[in-house]
Formats: sequence, structure tokens, C-alpha cells
Amino acid sequence: MRMWKGRVDFMQGNEAVVEGALLAGCDFFAGYPITPASEIVELMALKLPKRGGKFVQMEDEMGSLAAAIGASLVGAKAMTATSGPGFSLMQENLGFAIMCEVPVVIVDVMRGGPSTGQPTLHSQGDVMQARWGHHGDGELIVYAPWSVQECLNLTMEAFRKATKYKTPVILLSDAIIAHMRENVVVPDEEEVELIREEIERSHKPIFGRGTSVHVTGLAHDERGYPSDDPNVYRKLLGRLRSKILDNIDDIIMLKYEKTCEQQDLTIISYGSSARAAKEAYIKLKEEGIRVGFIRLITLWPFPEDLLRNVINSDKVMVVEYNQGQIYHFVKAALRDVSDIILVSKIGGEPFTPSELKIVAKKIIKGDGGCEVIL
Amino acid sequence: MRSHPMRKYLREDRLPTIFCPGCGNGIILGAVLRAIDELKLDMNKIVFVGGIGCSGRIPGYIKADSLHTTHGRALAFATGIKLYRPDLMVIVFTGDGDSGAIGLGHLIHAARRNIDIKTICINNLNYGLTGGQFSPTTPIGAYTYTSPYGNIEGFFDLCELVASAGAVYVARWTVRRVRQLIMSLKKAFVKRGFCYIEVVSPCPTGFGRRNDMPTSIDLIRFFEERVVHIKKAKRMSKEEIRGKLVIGEFIDVEKPEFCEEYHKLIRGVERGEIKVLRPHLDWLELEMRA
Repeated sequence: MRMWKGRVDFMQGNEAVVEGALLAGCDFFAGYPITPASEIVELMALKLPKRGGKFVQMEDEMGSLAAAIGASLVGAKAMTATSGPGFSLMQENLGFAIMCEVPVVIVDVMRGGPSTGQPTLHSQGDVMQARWGHHGDGELIVYAPWSVQECLNLTMEAFRKATKYKTPVILLSDAIIAHMRENVVVPDEEEVELIREEIERSHKPIFGRGTSVHVTGLAHDERGYPSDDPNVYRKLLGRLRSKILDNIDDIIMLKYEKTCEQQDLTIISYGSSARAAKEAYIKLKEEGIRVGFIRLITLWPFPEDLLRNVINSDKVMVVEYNQGQIYHFVKAALRDVSDIILVSKIGGEPFTPSELKIVAKKIIKGDGGCEVIL
Repeated sequence: MRSHPMRKYLREDRLPTIFCPGCGNGIILGAVLRAIDELKLDMNKIVFVGGIGCSGRIPGYIKADSLHTTHGRALAFATGIKLYRPDLMVIVFTGDGDSGAIGLGHLIHAARRNIDIKTICINNLNYGLTGGQFSPTTPIGAYTYTSPYGNIEGFFDLCELVASAGAVYVARWTVRRVRQLIMSLKKAFVKRGFCYIEVVSPCPTGFGRRNDMPTSIDLIRFFEERVVHIKKAKRMSKEEIRGKLVIGEFIDVEKPEFCEEYHKLIRGVERGEIKVLRPHLDWLELEMRA
């Protein structure tokens, strides 16, 4: 990701999300406070009126996403933010946004679940919910930031992709990233002018132009009229799917580092768990161990082909703060790799690089089993 | 043959509608279009929003911007539209199930917020589109597919609820009172704030058939036998009013409207007249004095 010219600020992940959204031109926010995403809601309430933007605190998360979608339909660069329980409530309207092709950015600051779970502690438990939480099988885009800087950058990118592909884009942050403070380069307005113009250009209001448009969550034809013709439905769903999957080169972001061509072990991680995993990778590298490190930035659509092409080791360890979610997709993608091991930690304690290093060495030796729960 | 005078407002390529013979939706749609026609409102400046249910299908037949949302959420979608584009008029079609059950939260909060949305609730006393199950307005004792032994649950008076939640205009009519309905609609369309008009409407297919009222005429007779105007109802005792259908204007007041207040807030912040997080310790006292 490019480095910006701008001011250096010390801020937390949730603040960076707001900075990124405002730089992208976000001018509408509807939300409902929830730990650990409340700072986003609070900062939007504070900052949007100063720029002529609109903020509304809705009565629940269903209403929050609904209001954001409504505003987007009349031309707003709209966003909402929540955490797991609220994200569950948003699923119905998330499906609506996919079906009706409404650009909207949803930030899910993940916390431990299910249910009320661990409100103040991190988790990566919503990876599957983000992809499969809504009913039906629509495609959407999901990004997972691993640093405060990336919270800013990816929120901007989320607005770019949402308006470009006319789809909801989800930013899967978590309690670690959200509340961690780091130095961040907040780009100058001129630096992001092109991005903002691009978003402005590709996002036109649907309503209020005197064109009498009908928008419905029912299966619909090109005119937007409901239809129960199987071919109309197949054509619609096919198009919704292919507009994402035919453009994965543009959508998918992934970081790959390696010590040499053929490795004994590749570590795959994303979001906050990738921070400890990266440290472990560096330590292993320093010890002369042949190791690779892959950090997924785009979680959905899943970079299946890309992973298969870049992996060059017989052993892979997947590091995540859940009981195995992205792991299953890595397993399906890397059918030819003999050992794919899940390294999981739940409960709200972070991975330490040294414990991951020990596990990695065990796996290389071949006594790691098929799942390591730390 | 002369064409229907309101036909010009409809998407002709979508006709006929899905509504059953005897449904009241056509009368209500006709009344809304007549009110718009009489006020000479610009259809390009109106967004029609519907939820789920037979009522929610109405916007799709109107030749204007129309949004068919998820179940119960029409008012939340409408809130986003209205707040971002206050110059557009937003008319929501909803039903007793859509806004009285699954979407009740959005209904009372939209009223509390007093956002300028015109809500038309078609109360057909049951869930019609799903085949006739009881709703929060189904009378006690009435038969539906989910109350096969007669409904034992109490019902909501949605008008009383919305009026006490903070709406500026609330009225209830039956589909037989078209003149009054158009009058109310016209009043609501020029008013600023949350307006709620409930229309009690026959559903012979879902409700009437199971309750010995197989035709629309039977149902309208059933409504009219129970109708009491709110002016008269105010003079009646609780016992006398039981089982009656109160119609008329429940509330008609002026209050600050949400989008206008938000606009003022933006201007005030811009000019530095409104300070951030100033502790207003005296607000309670002010409230009590008011």
C-alpha cells in the first residue's frame, strides 16, 4: 500500500476508520453504539456536521444499515459501523444491499461471540458471518486491516470498491486494532483528491433525478420490476456474482514474504492475528529457517487461485483468533498441500510471537498434530 | 373509452396489480394520487417507500421513484432518504404487520424523532400477503390461520401509540371515508413532521372469509357498524367505547422537525454558534418549566 504525504498523528484504529471515511468523502452515517465500535459512531456524530454531512443515531442496527442504504440511494457516500451482535442484525439489509446493488460501507469491529460474548475483547469470529450471514448466496467484498494505518487506507478503499462495483463492502476490524494506538500518516486532502473524484464520479443517486426508478429486494429484471421467471433470477444472480468474481485481480490484496523459493512452512494469517504471526515469521527467519508468510487483506472473495499459485511448501499453518474459519477455505484451496494446521486462540488473549515460533518449529518437525489450540 | 383520471400516475406496464378482488389497496392508492393531483405536487420530487406485505407493493405501481424494502424497515430506509435529501418528499406505505409488529420500533422512533415522513398504514386486520395470520390489530376472538380457535391476544391502537410517541399529525379513516381520507392526506402532505394516517381496509381473502364476512361489502359494513368519530368518542366512557372503531384526527400539532433541526445544527456549528459538548446542566429545569 502506498505511503501518503500528510500529517503524522497518533490515534486508535476506530479514529483512523473515521479519518479514512471522511477523506473518501463519506457524508452520511447511521449507527447504533456498540462496544468496541462506539468511537466510530461518536466521532461521526462530532465530525460530520462540521463538514455538512449527516449523522443519525438509529433505534437499532437493522435501522442503521437501512438508513445508510436509503441515503446511498439518493447519492450519499454512506457508512455504518457495529460489532458482532449488531452485525448479526444487519444481515437482512446486507442482503438487500447486495440484491439492489447499493454501495455502502459497513465496519464490523469484531468481538468474542456468540451472543453478547466478550464485548471488550477481540476475536476473528465474524469471518464467516461476513460472507455467509445473509440468506441466499450473494457475493460481496470484505477487507481485514492489520494496523491503524490500514484502518484508514482500507476504509478509503472500501468506499472506492463499494461505489465502483455497486456493492456493500465490509471492513472487518477487531477490538485489538480498534483500540490500539499507532502512528498514522493522515494524507493531505490533495493526496486523495483523485480517489475522492473517482468515488464521486462512480456514485450517482438513483432517486431524485426524475427518472422514476423502481428498486426492490425481490428478484427483478433489467427494469427493476419484480419477476418470478427462473431465467430472470438466474441472470440477475449470475451478474451479481460475476461482477465481483470477474474482477478479483482488482479486488484481491494479499502480502507474501518468503526467505527462499521452497519453504518448510508457510504461515497464513490476517487482521490482528497477523501481527504476532509476522513477528514469529521474522524470528524464524533470523534463525535461518526456510519460512514464508502470507497476510490476507481481502478475505472475500477468497483468493483461492492466488494462494494455490504462490504456496511452495508442504506445510501450512493458519493463525486466527477463532476456532477455525478461514482455515477451512485455505484447506479447500490448497488441496495438494499435505499438512495444513490450524493455530487457534480464543478468549481474548493475544498470540505471542514466541509461542507461535515454538508451534511453527513443532509443525516443521512433524509433531504439531492437525490443530493447535493455544 | 375514457381512461381513469389517475392512470397517468401509474406504471401502466406493471398493471394489473397483484391485489385480490375486493382489496382496499386500490381505493387508498387512488386517494393518495388524488391528494397529490389536487395539491399539484411534483411527482419527480416524491420517493415512495414500501415495506413487506400487500401495502408494500403499492409504490411499485406508481410512476415515480419507488423503493420496496425489507420487512418492517420501510421507515428506516425512508429516514436515510429524507435526512440526506430533505427537499424530496417521502411517502411510506406500510401495513399493520409491517409497522405494528416487526417494524414497530422504527415507527415509534420515527414519530419521536419527528422526521418529515408521510406514513400511510393500511390496516387490514391481518397478515394478508402470507395468507391470513393474526396481526397486532386483529380483534380479540377473530379467526385467522394462526388463531384457529379465535384470537386471544390484545391489539394495538396504532394511532394512539404514534400520537403519544410524538407525531405531529395522526388520523384514522376507513376505506369508505374517501373524502375525509383525501382531506387528511392533503393536510399531511403539506405539513412538516411525522404524519401517520391509518386506513382500515377490507381483506376479504385473508380476514373476511374466516370470519363470516366473505365479501368486501360485509367487511365495510362490519367497520361502519363500529365507527365512532373521535369527537364523540371523547365524550364516551371506557365501557361505551369498547369494541368501537374510533376514526378522525387524533392529533394535529406543530413541532420542530428533525431534518430542519439538523440543518440548523450544521449552520450553527459552521458559524461557531453551537459549541461542542457544553454541559447543559439546566436543561432539566428548562424542560420542567416548559
